[in-house]
Amino acid sequence: MTKPDIRDLLKERILVLDGAMGTMIQRYKLEEDDFRGERFKNHAHPLKGNNDLLAITRPDVLKAIHVQYLEAGADIIETNTFSGTTIAQADYHLEDAVYDINYLSAKIAKEAADEVTAKNPDKPRYVAGAIGPTNRTASLSPDVNDPGYRAVTFDQLVVAYKEQTKALIDGGVDVILVETIFDTLNAKAALFAITEYFEEVGKEYPIMVSGTITDASGRTLSGQTTEAFLISVSHAPLLSVGLNCALGASQLRPYLQVLDKKSDFFVSAYPNAGLPNEFGHYDETPELMASQIKDYLEEGLVNIVGGCCGTTPDHIRAIAKLAANYKPRVAETTETANIQ
Amino acid sequence: MSIAPLKLSGLEPLVVFPGSNFVNVGERTNVTGSKKFLRLIKEGKFDEALSVARDQVEGGAQVLDVNMDEGMLDGVATMTRFLNLLASEPDISRIPVMIDSSKWEIIEAGLKCVQGKSIVNSISLKEGEEPFIKYAKLIKRYGAATVVMAFDEQGQADTYERRIEICKKSYDILVNVVKFPPQDIIFDPNIFPVATGIEEHNNYAVDFFKATRWIRENLPGAHVSGGVSNVSFSFRGNDTVREAMHSAFLYHAIKEGMDMGIVNPTMLAVYDDIPKDLLERVEDVLLNRRPDSTERLLDFAESFKGDKSIGKEKDLEWRKGDVQERITHALVKGMADYIEEDTEEARLMYDHPIKVIEGPLMKGMNVVGDLFGEGKMFLPQVVKSARVMKKAVAHLLPYIEALKQEGDRSNAGKVLMATVKGDVHDIGKNIVGVVLGCNNYEVIDLGVMVPAEKILAAAREHNVDIIGLSGLITPSLDEMVHLAKELQRGGFKQPLLIGGATTSKMHTAVKIEASYTNAPVVHVLDASRSVTVVESLLGDKRPDFEAAIREEYEMMRERHRSSQSHKEYLPIQEARANHVPIDWNTTTPTKPSFLGLKEFNDYPLDELARYIDWTPFFQTWEMAGRFPAILTDHVVGVEATKLYNDAKVMLQQIVDKKMLRANGVIGFWPANSEGDDIQLFSDDTRSQSFVTLHHLRQQNRKAAGQPNLCLSDYIAPVEVGVKDYLGGFAVTAGLGMEPWLEQYAKDHDDYSSIMLKALADRLAEAFAERLHERVRKEFWGYVPQEELGGEDLINEKYQGIRPAPGYPACPDHTEKAELFSLLDATNKAGIILTESYAMMPAAAVSGWYFSHPQSKYFGVGKVTKDQVTDYARRKGMELEVMERWLAPVLSYD
Repeated sequence: MTKPDIRDLLKERILVLDGAMGTMIQRYKLEEDDFRGERFKNHAHPLKGNNDLLAITRPDVLKAIHVQYLEAGADIIETNTFSGTTIAQADYHLEDAVYDINYLSAKIAKEAADEVTAKNPDKPRYVAGAIGPTNRTASLSPDVNDPGYRAVTFDQLVVAYKEQTKALIDGGVDVILVETIFDTLNAKAALFAITEYFEEVGKEYPIMVSGTITDASGRTLSGQTTEAFLISVSHAPLLSVGLNCALGASQLRPYLQVLDKKSDFFVSAYPNAGLPNEFGHYDETPELMASQIKDYLEEGLVNIVGGCCGTTPDHIRAIAKLAANYKPRVAETTETANIQ
Repeated sequence: MSIAPLKLSGLEPLVVFPGSNFVNVGERTNVTGSKKFLRLIKEGKFDEALSVARDQVEGGAQVLDVNMDEGMLDGVATMTRFLNLLASEPDISRIPVMIDSSKWEIIEAGLKCVQGKSIVNSISLKEGEEPFIKYAKLIKRYGAATVVMAFDEQGQADTYERRIEICKKSYDILVNVVKFPPQDIIFDPNIFPVATGIEEHNNYAVDFFKATRWIRENLPGAHVSGGVSNVSFSFRGNDTVREAMHSAFLYHAIKEGMDMGIVNPTMLAVYDDIPKDLLERVEDVLLNRRPDSTERLLDFAESFKGDKSIGKEKDLEWRKGDVQERITHALVKGMADYIEEDTEEARLMYDHPIKVIEGPLMKGMNVVGDLFGEGKMFLPQVVKSARVMKKAVAHLLPYIEALKQEGDRSNAGKVLMATVKGDVHDIGKNIVGVVLGCNNYEVIDLGVMVPAEKILAAAREHNVDIIGLSGLITPSLDEMVHLAKELQRGGFKQPLLIGGATTSKMHTAVKIEASYTNAPVVHVLDASRSVTVVESLLGDKRPDFEAAIREEYEMMRERHRSSQSHKEYLPIQEARANHVPIDWNTTTPTKPSFLGLKEFNDYPLDELARYIDWTPFFQTWEMAGRFPAILTDHVVGVEATKLYNDAKVMLQQIVDKKMLRANGVIGFWPANSEGDDIQLFSDDTRSQSFVTLHHLRQQNRKAAGQPNLCLSDYIAPVEVGVKDYLGGFAVTAGLGMEPWLEQYAKDHDDYSSIMLKALADRLAEAFAERLHERVRKEFWGYVPQEELGGEDLINEKYQGIRPAPGYPACPDHTEKAELFSLLDATNKAGIILTESYAMMPAAAVSGWYFSHPQSKYFGVGKVTKDQVTDYARRKGMELEVMERWLAPVLSYD
């Protein structure tokens, strides 16, 4: 199916990204057997909670969730592949399943997107292949007694990310999304792997990058300010750079303002549904979240907007309805303009 | 046109745009520029090394230059470790890093450690376009900016025209071919010293300024940087002038567009505070405003002179001083021209000639010793001073003899020195002897290959105060332990000094000190330390010194014990299973153009001279740095250049007068591997193996995908039925040296003697390099088309290797006997093996040739008892004997 170039679309309007996958999967109350399916019936380790595996064992669940988000108005849906690297799957001893997880997850999302696009070709839908941070940090030591120690190396990350990129692209994604970056060095390894892969296959896909500001210090877990993070990933040919997770929409706003001012790329934001409550749940209602997103739109801070932890199709519906009324952000690129 | 700014980051951003202030790069975390930092890194004191970095940040550095280029360091591992540690210090890692190395693999290792956007320092067209493009692409992919040196295959740019030509070419390739962001390019158009007295250098600063302006006007977006302190290095020792030169240089360079630089903030005057008359003369020099500007600044500089040394030698003004001043001057400058005259004048002033030695000569040598101790003089200068001293003493000797008075010339102490049995290397030992001699110690040198009994007897006979042992090859370590035991048994009480390339503090602490407890045993790292150590051992500081050494060595033994238990080794069977995976079905080894031996007699020396790798030559003289950069180094550059010029003069003499002869022999044999052994066959029918060669395999646990290497892996196994070959060689360039050494000894010329030996060593290495090249292209011919330059040869970029028995890839010296017998090397090349398998003449190189494209140099590392037992069985040697030969690589005691 031929769709317009996403870059052209972004100049015209704000695109809406989908919401949380994990929150939706919880509603299905899946059990160990659902995760195992036929293929991993005899796997020696427990698999419950390995959401990425559902692409192989319960594709129906994933597809149904994708369709709900698309029907709520999402222009871009993310593949369910946040932990789809050999590094993250090592926890489940499922390194061998990584290609299938990514390939099938991409296929399922693509099927859903194509079906919905076919119903209304005026609103084309896109699939973003999600690449998570893995569960290891390349620039922080997990050992308090040896700050020079690293549990993962740049080279190991490059290998893992490249495998994931290949599988996602084989499965048919339109965009690659490196997300929830808490250590910029991990993201640089991902970008290294992705661009190297593009060069090898002789074809480029748009790349979205999204960092995570962990708390009110305004820094990533690895200690960078928003601007330092932006500078550190700007060498790659990005479609967009943005922020997601950890904070609610209003807490995220000051850092989005930095990106708005400094970024030459499109800017994205997909915050959590507020901060977690005392039970660890996110309980900001769609209306409350949308009212905060409205501030982004009025300030012209974003080109892409959606939701992260705790958000549902109802949140996305509220955001999509709102976003349709606003013009997308226009890059200031202030510094460049001021020089001459 | 709008120009994007250069954006860098650590934890925080740094944006460099037109109009932003000059960016100051901190330079102290650089092992090539800071002795202190080098020491901290070498000693593994990373905490203190980090505080050096912190001081830089607190002192206002906006970018931190990190350089780990030092021969003794594992650059990749050290760079990785330091940057990882740096990342955990937010107050340091808030600023971007400049990853500084001349080696790409170190740069790449650094790029893999930094989350921010850093600067690579540097790349250039030095090796041509292909590697330049490759590195630039990778730098872009890693997300860094880069410094580009004005350097191409013809060399470093030193004129305006060459600077802009190379920068333009580099820029065009980067922007158009690599699509490198122009704002991420930082040119270093080479800051060279001015006022050197050489006319061609007068315009260096002007050319830099002009080139800077041209770059900023013609290469949009690009920045300009440089190492500022280089410009003033003719004025070392005169900080007032240097500081003025730095700030005046920066003042003009920044005006022309230089926006970044490596600057030592403590060596910078405030431009407006520079006295007008000094500023005028400095700017005359920098801007090359008048023909006599160098002379005028030199004259003027005298009035600011902080201490004696100022770059230039001026006429014979010094002849006007009194006799003491003249003698001191001659000694410090190493000038022998007037020394006999001055010594004679002094002799007439004293009632006894011995007083000339004790008085003016010793006083002068003390100045030399002090300057050397303070790092203001370098080894080659000290050796020249010694030559002057010896000449003076020789002049006095007949008068002393004539008086026949009792009592030896008083001295500070007697030191016995010897290269131990089985070893022939003595350059280092001779240098230590000269340095000690300069400090008024009487040195009794027993020479090379000295058996223990002889050392013991001489120590008794001369009643020496200290015994110094030297050795270069690993079996010498064992001989030293033997000697230590003998000293203990004989009830000796003299302190024992240990030195030489193969020795280490660890080995001394663990093996030697434990065998000789009567007196302190001290490892002496290099000649410059020897005086301090001897002084401490013979003076009243001895108890403290001894206690400190013993404590330190005890700690090292403790560390040795604990580090041993932590290493993980594989059983040899498992290590063998993890051999190098080579698909022999797709490999067809090239058959050499002949099988058997080929001799080379009197190989042309001028041809070899072109293959000399000079960097180790400077190491011999204890001058650290890579050639040719060392010639312009801001610390040792001037002396390194003098040494290099002297070396070239002697090299020409060696060639012209045929002072040395170079002989060699090479051979090729049909070969197949069988496990870790290699079978050689008498002919290509391979029916009968006539020699078995034995190799050792790495046993340390490797990361996934990394094989446990053994040289036999590079030879096709017997069972695959592929016809493979092995080569061997032995060369020397040290034949015919003795008469010259005798002549130098007669002239009291240690300098020439050490120089000749050092050059013979270099020629032997060059011979090995040249023959290896001809082997690859011609005699074996497996890469007939190879085209490599000198740097590539030194960096071993060719296919195939030539490992030497006794060195890391095949650490068993006893295999050298097999090599020599295969080559008939004693008859054909005139090289003799000693009982410790050292080669005589010392200027000799031997080894095996492997041709497989995957073959590479490696270290076997430590091996465990199962392998040693198996190895001894294969070689038909007693386990105990085998363990003695393999002592340096045993993982167990």
